Amino acid sequence: MSEQTLQTFTWLIPALPLLVFFLIMLFTRDNKTLSWLLAWAGIITSTVLGWIVAFDVFGLFLRDPDGLDQQPVAVSSAFDWLPFGDYWQGTWLQMGVAVDALTAVMLFMVPFAVTMIFVYSVGYHNYGQPPGTHRGEPNHGKQEPLFARFFALMSLFGGAMLLLVVADNLLLLFVGWEIMGFCSYSLIGFWYSRNYPNPQKITPRKAAIKAFMTTRVADVIMLLGIVYFYRVFGTLNFSEAFALTSLETALTTIGVDGLAVMTLLIFAGTVGKSAQWPLHVWLPDAMEGPTPVSAVIHAAAMVSAGVYLILRIFPIIAISIEGVVWAGWIIAGIGAFTALMAATIAVAQNDVKGVLAYSTISQLGFMVAAVGLGAYIAAAFHLITHAFFKALLFLASGSVIHGMEHGAEHVHDHHTDPQDMRHMGGLREKMPTTFWTFLIGGLALSGLPLITAGFWSKDEILADAWYIFVQDGKAIGLVVFIMLATAALLTAFYTMRQISLTFLGNPRTPLAEHAHESNRFMTMPLVGLSFFAVVAGWFGIPDDFLGTEGVFYNYFHHFVGTSLHELFDHLYALNLVAHKIQAPPFNPVPVVTSVVVALGGLALGYWVYGRKPLEEGEADPLIAPLGPLHTFLENKWYWDELYQVVFIRPTVFISEVVVYEWVDKGAIDGTLHLIARGTYGLGHYAKRFEEVVISDGVDWIKDRVLNIADEFRYLQTGRIQEYALYSVLIVFALATAVVLAGVL
Amino acid sequence: MIPLSWYLLLAAALFCIGLYGVIARRNAVAILMSVELMLNAVNINLVAFWRYGTPEQATGMAWAVFVLTVAAAEAAVGLALLIAIYRTRQSVVAEELDLLKN
Repeated sequence: MSEQTLQTFTWLIPALPLLVFFLIMLFTRDNKTLSWLLAWAGIITSTVLGWIVAFDVFGLFLRDPDGLDQQPVAVSSAFDWLPFGDYWQGTWLQMGVAVDALTAVMLFMVPFAVTMIFVYSVGYHNYGQPPGTHRGEPNHGKQEPLFARFFALMSLFGGAMLLLVVADNLLLLFVGWEIMGFCSYSLIGFWYSRNYPNPQKITPRKAAIKAFMTTRVADVIMLLGIVYFYRVFGTLNFSEAFALTSLETALTTIGVDGLAVMTLLIFAGTVGKSAQWPLHVWLPDAMEGPTPVSAVIHAAAMVSAGVYLILRIFPIIAISIEGVVWAGWIIAGIGAFTALMAATIAVAQNDVKGVLAYSTISQLGFMVAAVGLGAYIAAAFHLITHAFFKALLFLASGSVIHGMEHGAEHVHDHHTDPQDMRHMGGLREKMPTTFWTFLIGGLALSGLPLITAGFWSKDEILADAWYIFVQDGKAIGLVVFIMLATAALLTAFYTMRQISLTFLGNPRTPLAEHAHESNRFMTMPLVGLSFFAVVAGWFGIPDDFLGTEGVFYNYFHHFVGTSLHELFDHLYALNLVAHKIQAPPFNPVPVVTSVVVALGGLALGYWVYGRKPLEEGEADPLIAPLGPLHTFLENKWYWDELYQVVFIRPTVFISEVVVYEWVDKGAIDGTLHLIARGTYGLGHYAKRFEEVVISDGVDWIKDRVLNIADEFRYLQTGRIQEYALYSVLIVFALATAVVLAGVL
Repeated sequence: MIPLSWYLLLAAALFCIGLYGVIARRNAVAILMSVELMLNAVNINLVAFWRYGTPEQATGMAWAVFVLTVAAAEAAVGLALLIAIYRTRQSVVAEELDLLKN
């Protein structure tokens, strides 16, 4: 395919869904059918184009891997957009797209996952059912009244994510990033008028604001990083900035410490977007949005964007963590801590989506930790596989909730929470497709050895961590390895717990009793995604797995590696990075660990929850042995409460008391009142002056003039002859005077 | 030759008659005529002074001709005004034309 065609396709990939957003909003918002058909048309076309581009690049790799190494950016196109700074010297900010191997795999995953979610959404919002009437609230079993709005925003979201993926510079990436921020806000708050009887429970409205505000904190820091980036590199384009000469120049200007600071500033954006500790708190509450939104936020788009960002800027991350030890500790440490912490919280959650939310945070922690260790490919691989199986799990859980809500409609019970796993049970027979697909997704998440995608990607991260410990003797490798292995164990455990509580045993409430399988629109995407949840991993089996040679070929590794091979060979030669982009050699320790934690976790979960499934009214079997620890975990380590005390209360105090009461009402209003009073007093005296001096004075003059006029008016007789007589007399008198004066 | 003073006396007398007429007559037409008398008294003065002053130049006579011309114009305007007043007020008595009183 010609270069020109590929460039056009690459531009069209994000443009079509963005266009669909405007079309739906402007023209078809009253027509639900046309709206979703348009949305489908947009995203499916994007998928097809994305796959064409992705497979074209992959074909390039298969034909000539060395060629792709030399020239990692296979497709690129850019145009001047905004004159900037020293405009007269021709500095422009550019808009451009570029496709390298990393972009290609994202272009394979993102549009497909989003398409699946779009298909699912039509069923999820009960297309074809009688129309619902509650705007901004769930309409159980009825057709969503804001159908068009939903698909418009989802299209915008998908378009923004694709824009971010194909962007060849940080600015355009940031544009997509922020559009997604807005979309997540409006989609989390899609049911904006929903309220709960329990005032403690967060409403979609508040969750939307929380998500927006939390990510905003991160985005501001990230923007600082982008500005620093531009200052140092003089460009925001990735391939220009990460050219060898450009990196060397940057290192001589600001040194590796400066580079580390820049990296960490940009990394802050990831912490917010990918929900890493300490900014992870928005993500669980984002579950208030409709389930397709959760899927798109937590799988295909939003959170992947954060990890994608640090993969994009990986060259400076790699240099930073090699040159500045604490930079690596911060990134890998945040990732590993988040992975472990979120996994422990997920163990004690009862909300079916809540478990998945924390699971997402945990898995993102894996990826961030991998990047912090310098394991570029492993992070990218986990990003892709996780997107597939987590989208699957979210959609399947949405299907479960849908079934439970159907049960609730059937028995007219609107008080039992249909999302609470304690109210489920026995859904295996009621919802077979959902069960099997959820099982596949769950096993992939747990990392069931050899078969599922999750095993291969998680194993690779552990292998990298172990390799860094053994080979480089870095303690961070061991620390991260242990934390991630523990997190993986917990992952398998809570996944088994979730499957057992939801699907096994007998129904524990009438809701579960009357649940039934969701419609085709919802089940078909589950099947589609579960295919990739398994198969995607097979493209990343290490070349020398189990010491074999020539049996396996790690397509993913060799393919994605092309985007950085060349650069890292040079950087490695200059001793700037610790490793080239290459897979660690086979080592039995991480593989055995992966297998043991996955199987061990699943077995433990089955032993606790699956062997003898929970009966109606029974408490969670973990509560008794864990005691207060369970409460601690169930309350999510009290992060929200801590932030409430540490950040929100002081902020509210400052705004309400310090700023409002003291500064605004006291100082500013006080000054204003003082000025007002002074002016008023001055005005009072000015008024008296005006009344007495000016007004009365002028009146007095006027009166006197009138008086004089009154006296003299009688001179005016109107008789012309009298005037003439006066004139004569005066002339005569004057003449007499003159004559007399002359005589005398 | 008749001395200059005789002319001056004649002119003074004529002027006084005119002045009296202006002040004393009730009919506005008569007042206008009296004004003409006063102008002619002045003309006599002008011509007399010229004749006894600098007869080799025609200045005094020219002056007198100008005064006659102006007097004619003045009489024309004055009579026109009087006709206009008469048409509106049916009277040319000066005493009754006191619109500007007080």
